[in-house]
Amino acid sequence: MHVLKFSRKSLGIPYAVFLVLFVALPLLVLLYYAFTNGQGHFTVANLTGFFTDPNTLGTLCYSLAVAFVTTLVCLLLAYPAAYILATSHLKRKQVLILLFIMPMWINFSLRITALKELLTVFEGNLARFPFTNAVVGMTYDFLPFMILPIYNTLSRLDGSLIEAAKDLGANDVSAFLKITLPLSVPGIVSGVSMVFLPAMTNYVVLDMLYNSTYIMGSLIGSYFSAYNWHGGSMIALILLAIIILFTLLTRGMEDDNQNAVGGALL
Amino acid sequence: MGKYASELLTCDARLKNENWEILKMPNQNEKIIELKNITKTYEDGFTAVSDFNLYVLRGEFVTFLGPSGCGKTTTLRMIAGFELPTSGEILLNGRNISDLPPYERPINTVFQRYALFPHMNIYENIAFGLRQKKLSEDVINKKVKRVLELVDLEGFEGRSVSTLSGGQQQRIAIARAVVNEPQILLLDEPLGALDLKMRKEMQLELKEMHDRLGITFIYVTHDQEEALTMSDTIVVMSEGKIQQIGKPEDIYNEPKNAFVADFIGESNIFNGIMTGHLKARFCGGEFDCVDDVEKGTHITAVVRPEDVEITPVDEGTIRGTVSSVIFKGMHYEITVQSGRNEMVIQSVNTPKVGDTVGMRVAPDNIHIMIAEDNTNYFTADINSDFRLEFNGKVLDTSVTRIIKGSHRNEDGTLVDAAGDTIDPNRNRIIVSIQPQDIRMTDQVEEGLVDGYISNLIYKGDHYSYVIHTDLGQDFIVDDEYLWNMDDHVGLLMPVEKMSFRLKK
Repeated sequence: MHVLKFSRKSLGIPYAVFLVLFVALPLLVLLYYAFTNGQGHFTVANLTGFFTDPNTLGTLCYSLAVAFVTTLVCLLLAYPAAYILATSHLKRKQVLILLFIMPMWINFSLRITALKELLTVFEGNLARFPFTNAVVGMTYDFLPFMILPIYNTLSRLDGSLIEAAKDLGANDVSAFLKITLPLSVPGIVSGVSMVFLPAMTNYVVLDMLYNSTYIMGSLIGSYFSAYNWHGGSMIALILLAIIILFTLLTRGMEDDNQNAVGGALL
Repeated sequence: MGKYASELLTCDARLKNENWEILKMPNQNEKIIELKNITKTYEDGFTAVSDFNLYVLRGEFVTFLGPSGCGKTTTLRMIAGFELPTSGEILLNGRNISDLPPYERPINTVFQRYALFPHMNIYENIAFGLRQKKLSEDVINKKVKRVLELVDLEGFEGRSVSTLSGGQQQRIAIARAVVNEPQILLLDEPLGALDLKMRKEMQLELKEMHDRLGITFIYVTHDQEEALTMSDTIVVMSEGKIQQIGKPEDIYNEPKNAFVADFIGESNIFNGIMTGHLKARFCGGEFDCVDDVEKGTHITAVVRPEDVEITPVDEGTIRGTVSSVIFKGMHYEITVQSGRNEMVIQSVNTPKVGDTVGMRVAPDNIHIMIAEDNTNYFTADINSDFRLEFNGKVLDTSVTRIIKGSHRNEDGTLVDAAGDTIDPNRNRIIVSIQPQDIRMTDQVEEGLVDGYISNLIYKGDHYSYVIHTDLGQDFIVDDEYLWNMDDHVGLLMPVEKMSFRLKK
């Protein structure tokens, strides 16, 4: 028994090593660079610099806007699709689900390049609608990440709950708003967090779409390629803080949903 | 209902019982709901309910009883509005409601797994139906309070569903339905998920609640004891059809066919034949009976275990060897093997295993039914390979193949769809086969059983034979060719023509 315990524990060692080498250490390095200047002295100038520079603040707002609109579009597209998939008794349901997931299996750069060609056909000059193109690109890339978690929660939803609601006098719309929607919030939350955060940072999508606008990811990239490790690190750190804040916020919503008085959410 | 509801609210909360009394409708003899020629066929062609006709009186406690898959839940769901009948109509107070959606029917349901809303607290769960009616918060508040008193869960308003025990969730589910003052309350196996003790308590509580509220209850269960305990009327169902409708006593004492007799209570059921005026031959003996059935008619004889009298060997109508004696508290359950037949007896006497005893049944305790369908039933053993064995021969099938949902667990034990263990030593399989599916052969040893033709009747286009076997059991075989009386024949029974049922 003792031997077994030891061996099981030791299975975790490779991951622990990985964790230290590639997560904990880089984080410390990031922290060090963010709060030092070129001479290696402690400074908060990088932090104050970020929040006083209208350019960086503008980029932050722009990224938030791109991420927000992308998430919203994804949600509006994904929820009905996931709902139909989860509630229908289609014989070829598996095939349909596959169709939604398939894009994830095709190489990312290939997909975006294809999208770029398509957009060029429709718009002529890609530079005319940079914001729209950013949202379209991100949506195209991240939509499956929104559909899957929502589909999962919806398909696990106990059908007798809907029947109970209708039995108690709720019509289809009311049953959806009061039962289905609140109970699918966990799926929505995990979908949102899987789309919102990457949409703020994934500048490769923009680059490949020849999009000249800057999001947070592109900002970090540009600082690093200009060898400004300190400024770049600080932005990365700020992004991390935003992510943590966002996660805490959405987690709070999930907890609320489980304990709260019904209907309060709506 | 509106008038009653408002009166209800003006009453003092302390007079809880009297309050609910008001709901009792004066006219007890009018039909509240009527199902006419209801048939439900699913898209895949499966007919769950066929030509179902039933009316329920106002204030009645009606139970749909039957094994799983008999159509009882489908019928309930059609009354609730979750399923639409393929044909036929449902009349509520004389009005056709067959096509109304569930939310427009003054009917509420208590679901099998409660179906409480997990994201709402108890108060909101119960208030859900009232909020749909757009009642004022004040009224809702009072009603919720009142109904929580009714189910003995005062002060639970703020609790979340997940902190409640199964029994408490059950009560909340009932409260959530009852608070809407439905004309009919539907209960879909509501006690199935509770443990035995809790179940017994809730049975009495539900019965009491029914008496107090005066609401019509339609209850679905597969538990015959539950049905006998609670119902005013029992509807026994099998394979989508009503087998019998009646009071619990009538269903128990006068079962209409072998299925009902077997399903309700413990029964010894034998195939037999009338051998003379008020004389029936079954289980290897000739018994006097009180049912006047024409000589030569194939019959099914039902004998309740408590009606069999154990006698000294030579005083019994039949004799047998005691194969088991189990203490059951109030009595002993004694199994006696008589030829191939098995007689289960409830008695306060205690013969020893291995004793040879005589058995006697008073004529009025033998219930004779004319075998309409002449189906042959026999009981097969389960051997150690989980295959079926009968008359020392192994049938070409296994338990997992014939009992729907049964499977082998990781530890090698066999369990049925509900997860109960199937024990080869205790469980047996009741096999049924139609007379026309059995073939007779001169190669006696090829048959699953062999015996002598003891009776034959010409039925217009075929002969109906009774084959008397050494097992003490008679088989009925239809054959278009003429065989002679007393011919020694083997009976070929193809496995694919058999149907099977687990005997617990």
